[in-house]
Order: sequence, then structure tokens, then C-alpha cells
Amino acid sequence: MSSRIVALASIGRKTLPNQFDLIALALIFAGFVALVHGSRGMVVPLQAPQSSVTLDYANLPYYALRTTLRMFAAILCSLVFTFTYATWAAKSRRAERFLIPILDVLQSVPILGFLSFTVTFFLGLFPGSTFGAECAAIFAIFTSQAWNMAFSFYQSLRNVPHELNEVANSLLLSPWQRFWQLETPYAMPGLIWNTMMSMSGGWFFVVASEAISVGNTTVNLPGIGSYLALAIDHKRIDAVFAAILTMLIVIIAYDQLLFRPLVTFSSRFRVELSAGELEQRSWVIQLFRRTYLLRAIVAVPTRLFQSMALWRLELPFHAEFSTEANRWKERIFDFLWIGTGLVAAALAIGLVYRYVSANLTFSEFALTVWLTFLTMLRVIALIVLASLVWVPIGVLIGLNARLAETIQPLAQFLAAFPANVLFPIAVVMILRFSLNPDIWLSFLIIFGTQWYILFNVVGGASAFPNDLREVAASFRIRGLDWWLEVILPGIFPYYVTGALTASGGSWNAAIVAEYVKWGNDTVKAHGIGAYIATATAAGDYPKIVLGVAVMSVFVILFNRLLWRPLSRLGERRLRLD
Amino acid sequence: MLDTTLKPLLEVRDVCQSYVTGSGDVGALVLDHVSLSLKDGEIVGLLGRSGSGKSSLLRIISGLAKPTDGEVTFRGEVVRGPFEEIAMVFQSAALFPWLSVLANVELGLRAKKVPEREARARAVRAIDLIGLDGFESAFPKELSGGMRQRVGFARALVVNPEILLMDEPFSALDVLTAETLRTDLLDLWIEGRMPIKSILMVTHNIEEAVLMCNRILVLASNPGRISAEIQVNLPHPRNRLASEFRQTVDRIYALMTRRTEPAQPSHDGTFPGLGLGMGLPKVSTNLLAGLIETIAAPPYKGRADMPALAEHYQMEIDDLFPVAETLQLLRFAEIEEGDIKLTAAGLRFVEADVDVRKKLFGDHLRAYVPLAARIRMVLDERPSHVARAARFLEELEDNMSEDYAEQTLKSVIDWGRYGELFAYDETSETFSLENPA
Repeated sequence: MSSRIVALASIGRKTLPNQFDLIALALIFAGFVALVHGSRGMVVPLQAPQSSVTLDYANLPYYALRTTLRMFAAILCSLVFTFTYATWAAKSRRAERFLIPILDVLQSVPILGFLSFTVTFFLGLFPGSTFGAECAAIFAIFTSQAWNMAFSFYQSLRNVPHELNEVANSLLLSPWQRFWQLETPYAMPGLIWNTMMSMSGGWFFVVASEAISVGNTTVNLPGIGSYLALAIDHKRIDAVFAAILTMLIVIIAYDQLLFRPLVTFSSRFRVELSAGELEQRSWVIQLFRRTYLLRAIVAVPTRLFQSMALWRLELPFHAEFSTEANRWKERIFDFLWIGTGLVAAALAIGLVYRYVSANLTFSEFALTVWLTFLTMLRVIALIVLASLVWVPIGVLIGLNARLAETIQPLAQFLAAFPANVLFPIAVVMILRFSLNPDIWLSFLIIFGTQWYILFNVVGGASAFPNDLREVAASFRIRGLDWWLEVILPGIFPYYVTGALTASGGSWNAAIVAEYVKWGNDTVKAHGIGAYIATATAAGDYPKIVLGVAVMSVFVILFNRLLWRPLSRLGERRLRLD
Repeated sequence: MLDTTLKPLLEVRDVCQSYVTGSGDVGALVLDHVSLSLKDGEIVGLLGRSGSGKSSLLRIISGLAKPTDGEVTFRGEVVRGPFEEIAMVFQSAALFPWLSVLANVELGLRAKKVPEREARARAVRAIDLIGLDGFESAFPKELSGGMRQRVGFARALVVNPEILLMDEPFSALDVLTAETLRTDLLDLWIEGRMPIKSILMVTHNIEEAVLMCNRILVLASNPGRISAEIQVNLPHPRNRLASEFRQTVDRIYALMTRRTEPAQPSHDGTFPGLGLGMGLPKVSTNLLAGLIETIAAPPYKGRADMPALAEHYQMEIDDLFPVAETLQLLRFAEIEEGDIKLTAAGLRFVEADVDVRKKLFGDHLRAYVPLAARIRMVLDERPSHVARAARFLEELEDNMSEDYAEQTLKSVIDWGRYGELFAYDETSETFSLENPA
């Protein structure tokens, strides 16, 4: 019975959060609370390392390099995490039961809100050294990247075609060999795509995490984010533009040198090549295929990897078929395992409750719920607005094959561009024209994430079958009817994917977008993001925990009650293949 | 010499296999006390319909799956997992798409730590043998289905197995490609150019079995058990049009369509394979109507010879038998000794117009398919006339595997909609009595 909880049968599936989500939520927040407790005990006045960020343009290439390196360090951590965590979840039925809900919740937690904890923790771990601050920044980026990569890898591992698994068995591949010869290659396209998406999202976090103030401690790591923060402090609009330009160049390089080549490369691992998909091209790959030297250089690690993938690395004992006696033993273990999980969750809930209730009152809780509600309204309103703008444009672009081919990469590129680099400009405008921050700051929330809607809709419209378009034309379905009955249902699954990603990103962006500065001027909107940001600036940990916890619960409910049913509807009713 | 001919290479003794349901409980039997042996120098065919457990049996023999009961021995030793002396060819070729032809063939050797040079040489030889010269560096997606299956053969042969197991290796290919591949394989076998001692192949194609095998074991369904053994002593190459060949094919058709003896009531008084435990095949109502009309029309005029019908419409037994048997289940036709004959109701169906057909179909569905009757009964009893699909699915899953249960439910939904016995709403996954206006 219990294994049914994870198994997703197509009939009778439930979307409401279940007991495992609650356990996961409790465990995660207890972990954060413990982190704060522990690190606060270590060094009370935090020793922030001295930094030497200046607004000199000449330093920008170096800062860009540091930012990029941070990014790669984080992606490396995310890959290590993916290969261990997701593999463990996929291979152990017992571990899966807890790891997957935890991952699901972590995906929804707006990690940016916890930046203050992680900074405190890592600075405490390496007092006075830049290394602690670097770790904190890398960890922040890691938390924005790892979850969806792990999810994709886990899902691929669970969906390896049955026959290929049997081939691996009958060829007597060892578990190690199976992992590298079958499972990892099979998971490759999904993993690469998610890694790229994660990196795109990561630029936003790298910018946000380089310059951070918690209470009286200010950390400034050499990088574009810090440069930008300094420019804001000094009200230097020229430096802001210099930062924007640098970021633009970095993102172009990343897109051309890494994103496109990798996506092209991953098409080789696809099990089936569907005709609708555009064959990706990359000049870097073309160049690489033409050079002898580069290929020769790459051949060495390739060979090393190939021989590593053929190690047997077998465990000394041999896994045999399960017997009746084993089955009983397994059930007892299952029981103990779930029991331990439940006890841990109960303790965790107790810990969070004690921590928050010792420091805060119920009215504070009510306030956070109200503020989160305001932020939610903002997110909904902006997703609706962005959809009204981008869906028609995306459809028109997508139906024109040649246009789609140029616009789609552009939209992907824009999605990677960290919108927070552009925030200062918006603040200057709001201050200049004394606009209402509750309305005008809201646009920043969607600024970086609207592109997900655009490029998914473009993708959907270009995949729309020509037959159906011709049917619509021959029956003279036009105008509103054409939109409502033909194209909108046709692109619906794609739209949901885009809007879901955009809404996830928007929640995170709210934390930095509802509370922005320009020199000494602060512009604030009413919302949970501003609440968390204010608490962070004041170093008020209980308020941060409360704020982020309430926000997480909202995000999880929002995802489960709105996006999941919608995407299921899209999968079941409106898929065109 | 005498020793090798008498002693079987591989022996299967009293193997039973049951479904294991999602909750880990043991469900209905798939294989019921199957015993067989494989001797040196013979090709044995396991002929059965889908649901006869023939693929399960093959997986048990190869060590990929474990039987619930009974054992498999190879040269006297009990098989406990996949072993080197057996290699398997899969229905879909199942190549690793990211590996070239050569790398796919080599993989089994490299995994066993055969030195690189030797592995390469053996792989190249196997590729040559199977006629894939020049395709070594191609990737599977560049190859046609037939070429891919050749790679599947090369991959199996390269490890020098003693026994080759084949799981419907030609069924995913078109008719001409399949025939070429069969002949090529037979040539290699007859000329002794393959290192294998014996081949065991699973098939649902009767002609294919008669063309290739020395011995054919016919598996009956639900649960799978060996119902007949046919020795084929025709010399190779066999001529499909020869009268002896045709006679053997006809005999097997008759065997496979022989009406099963009335089932023994089980201890709780229900009939095994009936009631809610009855799995329904995936057959569209269009096909049912089409077959009834075909049998009614000339040249058959109400009674058709099934081999002839299959040949005329290019249907394999897995296409034809489920349709024919669904007609039998609904009492629109009777199957006897390889012939299918329309009943009075079947003939009435032919004459009727659409509405009458639907009514007739619905009545028969309700009368003869317990699941349909049960859904209708539940709907009638409830004041709201609405019922969730999940509850029926769960009941079905007590008796059969999850996949089969889902397919059965889909079939009953399809037939029930056609017979207007009930309506089904896909979004809410509920049955109801209202038809959308």
C-alpha cells in the first residue's frame, strides 16, 4: 500500500500536499533554524572580510571573471549533488520516500530569503576570511540551480526504457557500468537542458548574493553584483550602465560558447528524434569538429572517461533475487524507516514552532500572511499581464518558422539576463516621477521571468501541426474563434510550462524587487518580499524564518492547486502527439 | 555423442509465475507449471498469444526474472541470474542510441573486461557475419529497423553464447525485411557459421514458427501453460506453399482456436478468468464491426477459415485473435477448429442500422462482460448515477497487473460508450449515465 504513495498511477492521482510534503517542509525549516542557532553561537559580531571593490571600469573584466567562476563552482556543486542525491533517490525505495518530497519543497522555497542565514553560517565557519563569503555566495547560487537538475535526473533514471534495462542485465553490466553506460547517457538531454536553464536562472542569484548586508555585517565579493551595489550606493548611473553592458557580454559569451554547443551535443543522447524539433546548430561545435588540435586535446579526457565508465567496481556481495523471508525483513525496515521520519518531523515542527513563537506574536504571523497575499496578487496580476502581452506575440512569431528560429534563442538569452542588474534604472525612474511603488515596483518581479512565457509559447506555436492550421483555414475559423478554439488549446501545454517557470522565478524575484535602494533612498512596496528584505537588513532572524516559511507554504499551495492541475490538464487533454 | 543428444542443454521444470501487484501481494498466475527442455542443435519456438506469458517465460529462462516457483537449469546448474552462455535478442533491438554500431556490439565484451583489441576484433567479425559491413560507425538512429535488428543479433552473437533467446525478433519489422532477416539467420544456422548450439524463439506468428523451428510449443493463455508440442520435420529451406507446410499451419490454427474446456469453478464459486478477473483486450469497436461484416460478406458468408482470413487481410494472430475472441465473448461469433462462424446475433448486427447495432452491442456487453454489467449496476443503484473510475480500477488490480487492469478499463470504457451503456468523463475520471447532449 505504501509504495502507492509515490507511484503515480494515471487514474485517481492526488495533487494536494500529502503527509510527506509536511514532513519535508518541517525538516527543511528545522534545518534552517538549527543553522541560525549554531552559527550565531560561533561568532557573535560577524567578521566580514574587507573588500576592495571599486567603480573603476578597468576592473570590470576581472569582476566578470570572478562572477563567472562563482557560477561555475556552483554548477559543479549542483552536478555533484544531482549525481548523488538523485541517484540515491532513484535506487533506494526507502530513501526516495523522503528525498523526493524534500526536493519538491526545496524547489518551491524562495531561497533568496535565506541568503542571510547562509551568509551568517559560512562567515561563522571561516571567520574573517573571504572564503566563507565565497562559500555563502556559491551556496546561494547552488540552491537556485540544484533542485530541478536533481529532479530531472531522478525522473530520467526512473524512466529508462524497460528493454534497455534488460539489455544491461543480460550483458551482465555491473551497477557502475550500468550507471555510466545506460543511465547517465539516457538522462543526458534532460540534465543538460535543466543545467542550462539553471545557469540562466543562476545569473540572477549570483548578482544578488555578491553584495549582502545582514544587520551590521556587509559582505562585498569582487564581482559584477558588488560593483552594481557600489554603483547604487554612490548613485553612479554610468557605472550601472557599465555593469549592464558587461553582463550583456558575459551572457552572450555564455550563450554562444556553452549553452548552444551543449544543447547540440545532447541531441546525440536522445532516444527518439522527433521530427518537429529543430535541429540545433552551434558554430562552436562546427569549429570544434573541424580542428584537429582541439579534438586531439579532448580525446585524452574522453578516453579516460570511457575507461572509467567500464570499471566494474562490484560490491563484494552479490544481490540475489528477493525471497519470502527477505520480504518480511523489508517490511519491518520500511516500518522503522517511516517511523523515524515521522518522529524527526514531529521534533522539527516543535523546534520551528518554539523558535518562532519565542520571538514573535500571532499578530506578526497574521501580518506575514497578509503581506504574502499581497505579493501573490502581484505575481498573479503580472503573470496575467505578461501572458496577455506575450502569448499573442509568441503565437505570431511561432507560426512564422523563420522568425521563430531567430526569436527563440533571443528569448532564451533574455531569460538568462539577470533582471536585477536593471533594477536601479527602474528605481531612478520611480524616484524621478514619484510613482507609486506598490504598482511600479511590481513590474520588476516579472521583468526577468516573462521571457520564459515568450519562448515556450513560440516553441508551442511552431510545433503546432500544419494540418490543423489548414483545417482551421478551410473551415474559415477566424478571429476570436481561431484564438479560443484553435491556437490557444494547441499551445496550452507549452504555455503552462512557461508560466509555471515564470511564476516560480517571480516569487524569488519579489524578495529583491519589493525593496530597492538608490543611494540613501529606499523604495518599498507592501509585500512579503519587502518584509523579508527589511528583516534581513535588520538582521532579525525570527522574522526572516517566519516570512520565508509563510511564503514557502503559499508557493507550494499555489503550485499544487493551480499549476499542477493545469499542467495535468494540458498533458492529458491538449497534447498534440 | 550419445550423451550430448540425450542430455538437454537447458531444462525448465514446473515454472510458475504470478503477477505481483503494486502493494507487493501475489496476484493471478501468469505461468502455470511450465516444463520444457532445449537440446543441442534445435530451434524451438514458443508460440502463444499476448497474455500467454511467453515473454515472461523467456525472461525467466534468461535469468532476467525469477519464477515464483520451479527452476531453470543450464547443464544441470540452477539459473540464478543472467549468465554468459545465454544471449538475448529483443523485439525492438533495444540498442543504446548514443553508441555506434561497433560500440553497441562491443559493449558486452568490454563490460566483461575482454581486452580492447580482442573485443574490437570479435565485434568486427560478428558485424561481418550478420551482414553489417560498412555500418560500424553508424548510429542506431541512422539505420532502418531491419539493420537495427541485425545489430541486435550481432550484439548477442559476439559473446559466443551457447543458447540464443529471441523475443519476437521479427515482429517489429515490415513483412519483406522480416523475411530477409529470417532467411539470413536460417542460412547462418544451417551452415553452422554461428557458434550457438540452440535457439529458443518466442513468436506469435504461426508461419514464422513453422518456417524456422524444429519443435513448436504452443502456449495457452490465462494462465500460460504448454497446451501442445508439434514436431516439424520438414527439410530446410522450407516452402511456405508446400502442402505439408500448409497442413502444419492449419493444424496449429486449429489447436490454438480449440474451444477451451469449461473452466473448473474455483473454491469461491467464481470461474477463473471470468467475473471481474477477466482481462479485456484492446480492440476497437470499429474492428469488431469490421470483422463481423467481413465474415458475413462473400466469400465467407458467415463462416470463415481463420488462416485464410489472416492471410487475406495481412493480420498476424495477435491482430486477429483478440478481435475474434471478443466477438466470441460477446456471442456475436463462435470459434471452432480454426473457423469463425457468426451467431444469429452476429447476423442480426450486420443487417441492422447504427442505432440498432449500438443497442444490440450494449445489450450483449451488459449480458456477457461482467465488468460492464457491474459498472452499469453501480450507476443504476446510486441516486447520483455517478461513480469514480478509480474504484473499478482498484478492483481489477486485485486480479491482474496494473497495466493490464488499466487496459481492461480503457476497453470497457470504449465498448460501453459505443453501446451507450454508460458515459465516461475523462477529466473527472467518473462514469455516469448522462450522455452529453
